[in-house]
Amino acid sequence: MTDAPIAVEVNCETGEVTERPLTAEEIAANEAAAAQAEADAKAKADADAAKAAAKEAALAKLAALGLTADEVAAIL
Amino acid sequence: MASKYTLISSQVLGSSAASVTFSSIPSTYKDLVLRISVRTNNAGDGDNTLLKINGLTSGYSYTNLFGDASTATSNNASSTTSWSIRVDGNTSTSNTFSTNEIYIPNYSGSTYKPASGISSMENNVANPVYTFASAYLLSNTAAISSFVLTPQVGTNFLTNSSFYLYGI
Repeated sequence: MTDAPIAVEVNCETGEVTERPLTAEEIAANEAAAAQAEADAKAKADADAAKAAAKEAALAKLAALGLTADEVAAIL
Repeated sequence: MASKYTLISSQVLGSSAASVTFSSIPSTYKDLVLRISVRTNNAGDGDNTLLKINGLTSGYSYTNLFGDASTATSNNASSTTSWSIRVDGNTSTSNTFSTNEIYIPNYSGSTYKPASGISSMENNVANPVYTFASAYLLSNTAAISSFVLTPQVGTNFLTNSSFYLYGI
């Protein structure tokens, strides 16, 4: 059995600290945030891979035109 | 120039918690400083702590400049549902916690709320510490009266994570 996640609340006016189980809405919001983080990470990885592939293709085309590696480096 | 830090409230977790809230923040100071040192149960060396203000779920944006010993980069998010603070996850070196400070000037004014942040993930292994400098904006004019902090990927802040709120 897993303990219910706990929310800690500090009332800055009174100094009172309370602990309570998360509500269903809070749990759903947290799960949505975690899913969003996963989607964001995948989107970034996909974008990075696409950028790397495009660079690789561009370098191959430049090489096919007869540019040396030093010449390609000079224009990047 | 800040003249005096006054501790408004603090919380050091004696056991794991899924969120930490500071409510009824007094409006009697000029600026607020939130200092946290956090480790979450995310199965990775890092995680984000999401910071929501006054229960708002829109109007947040931020830009991060970040890097480690070998690379530097940046990212930006606009129209998000919270601010994001980089912290340690649970595969960082044992017993290490992030160090984070968010400075919010004029928090009780009637203008939009900008803030600055500095964060470091502590990870004493081959991958060195990541440090983040962050610029935040909340496009809302209400005085700040509450913060809610939650881990983004992990489900809990781990024991001994600490949260300090100062007024200046």
